[in-house]
This record gives sequence, structure tokens and C-alpha cells, in this order.
Amino acid sequence: MTNLRRTMMFVPGNHPAMIRDASIYASDSIMFDLEDAVSPFEKDSARLLVYHALKMVDYGEKELIVRINSLNSGFGFDDIEAMIAADVDVIRLPKTETAKDIKDVEEVIESYERKLGREVGSTKMMAAIESAKGTLNALEIAESSKRLIGIALGAEDYVTNMKTRRYPNGNELLFARSMIIHAARSVGIMAFDTIYTDLDNEEGFKAEVELIHQLGFDGKSIINPRQIKIVNEIYRPTKKEINHALDVINAIEEANEKKSGVIALNGKMIDKPIVERAKYVLSLANHS
Amino acid sequence: MEIINQSTSGTLESSDIQIILGPNKQGIDIDIRSSVQKQFGEHIDMLIRKILSDKMIEHAKVLVVDNGALDCTIRARMETAIYRSIEGNQRVEWGVIK
Amino acid sequence: MMNKVKREIPEEVRGNNKLFAGVNTDCKVVQRAAPKVRPIKLGEEKLVASIEEVINKLNLCDNMTISFHHHFREGDYIINLVMDAIAKKGIKNLTIAPSSLTNVHAPLVHHIKTGVITNMTTSGLRGELGEAISNGVMKEPVRLRSHGGRARAIEAGDIKIDVAFLGVPSTDLYGNANGVKGKTICGSLGYAQMDAKYADQVVLLTDTILPYPNTPISIAQTDVDYIVKLDKIGDSEGIGIGATRFTTNPKELQIAELVKEVITKSVYFKNGFSFQTGTGGAALAVTRFLAEEMKNNSIKASFALGGITKPMLTLLEENLVDTILDVQDFDKEAAISLGQQERQIEISASYYADPHNKGAAVNQLDVVILSALEVDNQFNVNVMTGSDGVLRGAIGGHCDAANAKMTIISAPLVRGRIPTIVDRVNTVITPGESVDVIVTEIGIAINPKRRDLIASLSDQGIPIFTIDALQEKAYEITGTPKPIEYEDKVVALVEYRDGTLIDKVLQVKQ
Repeated sequence: MTNLRRTMMFVPGNHPAMIRDASIYASDSIMFDLEDAVSPFEKDSARLLVYHALKMVDYGEKELIVRINSLNSGFGFDDIEAMIAADVDVIRLPKTETAKDIKDVEEVIESYERKLGREVGSTKMMAAIESAKGTLNALEIAESSKRLIGIALGAEDYVTNMKTRRYPNGNELLFARSMIIHAARSVGIMAFDTIYTDLDNEEGFKAEVELIHQLGFDGKSIINPRQIKIVNEIYRPTKKEINHALDVINAIEEANEKKSGVIALNGKMIDKPIVERAKYVLSLANHS
Repeated sequence: MEIINQSTSGTLESSDIQIILGPNKQGIDIDIRSSVQKQFGEHIDMLIRKILSDKMIEHAKVLVVDNGALDCTIRARMETAIYRSIEGNQRVEWGVIK
Repeated sequence: MMNKVKREIPEEVRGNNKLFAGVNTDCKVVQRAAPKVRPIKLGEEKLVASIEEVINKLNLCDNMTISFHHHFREGDYIINLVMDAIAKKGIKNLTIAPSSLTNVHAPLVHHIKTGVITNMTTSGLRGELGEAISNGVMKEPVRLRSHGGRARAIEAGDIKIDVAFLGVPSTDLYGNANGVKGKTICGSLGYAQMDAKYADQVVLLTDTILPYPNTPISIAQTDVDYIVKLDKIGDSEGIGIGATRFTTNPKELQIAELVKEVITKSVYFKNGFSFQTGTGGAALAVTRFLAEEMKNNSIKASFALGGITKPMLTLLEENLVDTILDVQDFDKEAAISLGQQERQIEISASYYADPHNKGAAVNQLDVVILSALEVDNQFNVNVMTGSDGVLRGAIGGHCDAANAKMTIISAPLVRGRIPTIVDRVNTVITPGESVDVIVTEIGIAINPKRRDLIASLSDQGIPIFTIDALQEKAYEITGTPKPIEYEDKVVALVEYRDGTLIDKVLQVKQ
């Protein structure tokens, strides 16, 4: 597993062929969906299917995420128990509006971790913000649990809630995106953008990925493997960025060897955020 | 466990398997129609018998239409059918499923 | 005794054929066969009212060999029409020698059962016909030949055609025919040109008669005995079935992307290179991806070869390819274009791929991309029998084109629950000796004897596996399939392009 989450590929939880093939594409993580992609009558079969796939299919180094049904849907408890039993990496909550939503799920996760003998705290979480209320509470949501690896925007429900629709320029999402990225950054977790559904509009998809890259998002949810390459190309650092990152790392190593307390590069102080940025750039460069 | 009702799970799509599971008077009867009959027919039969015996099911009629499902899918569909066919609202015991 | 790809061919079915001994075929001098010619008298007319009448004029009788072409592919009406008429006459024990057969030729099963057809040579067998033959409906084994191999066999007299029934989109009343004009066009008549030149009697069947002289002249009046006008010779839509849809399947696109990487990062990707891509979703996507790279790198190809599709025409129009050598067209657009584009040249099956002429086009080929039903860890390729052992494919030009400087086989690692990379293919069509790179969705395998390719494609960001690793990976996903059980009866013999026997197909056990 890398620290990269540029692409999080949605895979419908009741579709055997897509679940099997998810391993062959270069997405950083796979998000099996037990929620909106599965009809209420097939929740049980999708849960078993994803459970067995997680246990038996070789997904290599990919991070495995499952989007569960909410606790009040009647399916959420079973979803959480099954996925913890299947050793999932991350549980994704749908339609998060408050810190309490997270804490409620965290409590359930912890109880099943104990029951099933999995290390408490090892199951990570992420939250999808899909409403006005959730957006306004983005910071308290981001701060609500140590298990959170990031928060994501779910635009389809959000625009409905806002009494608007998706537009090509994305202005309708600007506030929500800004809130989410600020909340994530202020807590030090990741921020993920929503899906783009018009598969045939490659230019529109590129423009949207460029926008969220510019805003500072760590990655995007995708619905088709064809979108992976485009995202990775936009997230690929420039030669200049890579060289600078290498210089930063070299400077640190040199300083460490000399046991020098002060680290500088070309007369500028190197502090922790710059080092982290350099490591991130190199990791992006190595995986694109 | 005892099979009380007839139930269906899975679909006829490629890489999926459809299972119709119902009660049987005596023993296990399995009828398999598979797109990979020659290569995996016996294997599917054995796998289904194993899943039934793991659940201590001794009497069942199983009708299978397979379109090249992998073992993980066959297990999932069989277990779905079993939980849909047994009495009451029994929850899956995730800790003990293999 | 086993042949070079370790296949046993039973003595009793071997006949005069030698066993396959390697892709470098022996190049002894060949004495070509020549047809008998009944000269056309002054004032004689070639038009005959019906198929029934022409059968009478031909003196068609028991034990003869008749031939057809498959340029109409799934849209062909000719073979079924002619065979039904022959059957009604009570003629028996015929050998049929079509260039290939498709799903629409299922009615032939009936003619086999009634003894009208007792011998067969073809490139392809599909659908009900393939199944019936795999189940042993014929007493004599079918002889499976590649397009180049069929051309060779006709020239050598191994296939001696008494009558060729050739559907042509247009002809004049004296027999000048082509595939680019008429109601039902198919483009190139490259396979049919062999039959026209070497059959004792040649009948053209058409639904469009044009004024004399009908040009271009793909089949010439000098080779034609009779002409029959029909209402309709085929269905143009059927020509493109299964061949021409651009894929949106992400797995196929990923394979195509990797194929493109292999080509563009090889030494062959330079100005003046040549290639053949074939059909199917992935192949068409390769053509499109390759075009982008050619533009980006200002590289132009000298020629493209083989079955031609619309994406290939785009390359011609955009001047990314100088010349298309066209033996067959896989869609209507390609067929129309053959009549309009000066740089799209019709070639015969012999010119395309015959190993025993004075130089075939495939000998000039740099890169070829071919598909596979199965590949084994000796790099042998099967395109003829399914994983269940049943005949359901076509050799086409597979083993002919596979002698290119770089032969790429593109295939998914698994199809449903069936592994594509296996420990032993059901039927060897193209020997591993001539295969260089296998491309799957998870990465590639390079034939160990191609050290140059291993060196040049390593560290280029392409995931490289050994063929054994790919096979293990496939079996890990699917489980190990139980080997197919066969009866002892040989239902088909596979000729390598030079006429040696490379494999046999056995009757499947019920």
C-alpha cells in the first residue's frame, strides 16, 4: 500500500465480473459499493460476494475500501461485521452529516473488532459528505475520529440537496469542495473529489480533474478504469518538481550525516512540511 | 441447518452463477448446467457439497446455472441461498464462515 | 512419432503429408498444377438462367471437388444456395474446399449427414457445423489450412478444384468481376482469385451485372466459364459482424494500450515500418492508439497488410500509412474504399501469404498483432478449438503472418473461468517458434529465444513476466481446469502453411 490515493475506483458490490477484474487496473484503491449500487433485495448477496472476494481474490497492494449502508438502513451492522471479518482496510460511510454519525459507526466497528479478534483501531474509516449540513460540519466530521483517512465529496446527492444540478464548470460545487479540502487539510487527512459520470466526455473529465488538482484534492473517485490514466497524468509531477524534491531529500540526508541541526537548500530553510511535500512528489513520480 | 423454503440467488450474467435451493426428502441432489461443465463441472459439484456439509445441511435440492463463476462467487451465491432458505431470521456468523 | 511441437499424428490419417518440422519450410522447387480449359467459342454466351441449369452444364457429378470463398463472411448466401441445389440433384461424395466457413453455414451439417459432402478443407469452422464435426459427423477428417496454406495447396495441386462457385458483387456478361461495385459489395476478392486461376471450371454468381468491360478486373473473363444471376448473393451487414466494433471494454483497452507500448518501445517502430493488426475489439483499439503515437513521433508506415478495417483506412487517409495491401475487407467502409483509394491494393491469397511462391507479403512484415483462444507455455497458439475442445474458430492468416519480425499475441489472461494461458493448448495452430510476445491485461511475456526483445523492452515501464508466471497467475484465478476428454477418432488435421501436419483435432467425448 502506498500513501497515494489519486484514484478510488467504484465497483458495484453485486457484480462478480467487475469485482474479479478490479484487480487488474492501476487504481490506487478499490471501493466496493454495498450501498447505492445494490438493490435493497440483494444487500445480503452483495455483502457475501464482497466478503468472499476480499478473502479470496488477490488485489495485490491496492487499498480495499467498502462503502457500507448507513446504520439506520437495517443493513449497516451486518455490513460492518462482514467487512471487518474480511479484513477490509477502510470502511466508507455514506451521507455523513455530523461527527456523531462517525462516532456511532466507530463504536460499532470497535465492538466487532473486539468480537472478531481484530486489533482495535486497525480498521480505518472515511466519510462521504453529500449534503449542505454535512458540508457545513466538514471540520467537526474531519476531527471526529483518529480512524479517518480522509473525507470525500459526494456530489450527486449534494446538488439535489442544494436544489441545483451538475454543471460543466463545477461552480455549484465550489463551496463544498473548498470546505472539504480546508477541513481535511486543517486536520491533516486526505480529501477526495466526487465521481464524474459522463464517460464519453473525456475533455470534461480532464477539466474537472485539473480543477480539483489545482484546489489541492488528493484524488478522485472514478467509475471506470478508463479514467485512471487521465487522473494519473494530471497528478504526475513536473521534472522541476521532481528535481526539487530530490534536492530536498538529499539535503536532509546530508544534514543527518553531518548531524547538523539546521537544514537549508539554496539558502532557504527546509522545514517538515517541505520534506513531506518532497516525499509525496517522489511517491507520485514513482507511481505514474 | 435445515432447508425450509425454496430460494434463488445470483444471476445468469457472465461470471455469475444462479442457484435455486430448496428442500429435499432425502439427501443432496445437485443439477449443474455450466458453460465450463467439462473443465469445472465436477469441481463445482464438490464445492457445493462442501458448502452444504460445512453448514450441516443433509437434505437439499440444488439447481445450478453457471456462467463461469469463480469459487468466491459460487460460495457467496450458495451461502446467500442457504441463508434465504433456512428458518427464521438467522444472521450470518461472519467469524466462522470460511 | 511426434512432430516438432510434440504432437502425435496417427499414421493411418497422415497420408502423404510430412510431419511439421519447423517454421523454416523446405524450399524445394515446386511444379505448379494447371487447370483444364474448355475454350469459349465465338459468339458463346456465359449467362445461365439458374444454379440448377449451370449444374447440368458443368456435368457436376459424384466425387468432385468444388470450392467457394468467404469474402461475405457471416453474410454469405452462396454456399448454402449452391449446396442445396446440388443436393437436390442427388450428387454425393463431394469434397468442398471453401476458403473458410462461418456460423451461417450450419445447413452443411445436413448435407454431410446425407452423404452429399464427404470431405472438406477450410480455414474456419464455427457454430453448429464446428460442433457437429467435433462430435464426429464426418467420416474423413477435415483438412484445416491457413489462407497462405490453402493458396499453396491449390498451386501445388493438393487441392484440385473441379468447379469453383464464386459469388461476386458485380460482373459483366463475359466474366470480368470485382468486389467494389454492385448491390452487395465485399471489397477484395483476394481469396477467390486463387480459385478462379486454378479451378477447371469457374462459375460466377452475382446480383449485379454491369456493362462490358467491368473494371477493376479482380477476376478476369479469361478464367470464367459461366455466370448466374441471383436476386441476392449475400447480406452486406453480415460482412462486418463481430469484426469492427470499437471496444469500450476496459480490459480490452488495457491490453491494446500494452500492445501499443510494446510496439512503440521496440526497435521496429521507425519510419517505413509495416504492420498487420487483424480484427476484434483490442486489435481495432491498437490501430487507433498506434495512429496517435505515429502522429506524435512523426513516423509513417510503409504498408499495412491483411484483413482491412475502417480504422486502417483512417491511417491511410491521414497519410500515416503509404499503402494498404488488401486481401480481405472486414467492413463495408473498407470494401467501398478499395474501389476509391489508389493506395489500397487488392492482393491474392498467394501474394499475401503463400510460403511456396517467389515471395509473399507476409515475408516483408515487421510487426503483427494476432489474437488467441489459448497460448501455452511453449508459446504455441490455438485459434481453432475452444477450451472445451470443440472446433469454433478459424486459422485465417494466423500462422502465415506470425513469421513477422515481431509477432505479438494479444489475449486476456482469463475469459470468465477459462484460463487463456495454459500448460498445453488443445490444438497447435501457430508454433511457439514463430511467436515473440504475449500481451495480457496484467503484463507481457517474451519468448526467451528473443533476448534482443527482452533487453529492449525491459525497464520501459512494461510489466514483464515469464510465460510460466502468467500461466500460474491465470490458474490462480480460475483453478486448474480438468483436461478435455477425447475419443480416438481424428475429426480434423491441421496443416502448417507449408503442408506439413502440425496437429490433429479429436472427436470430443460426450
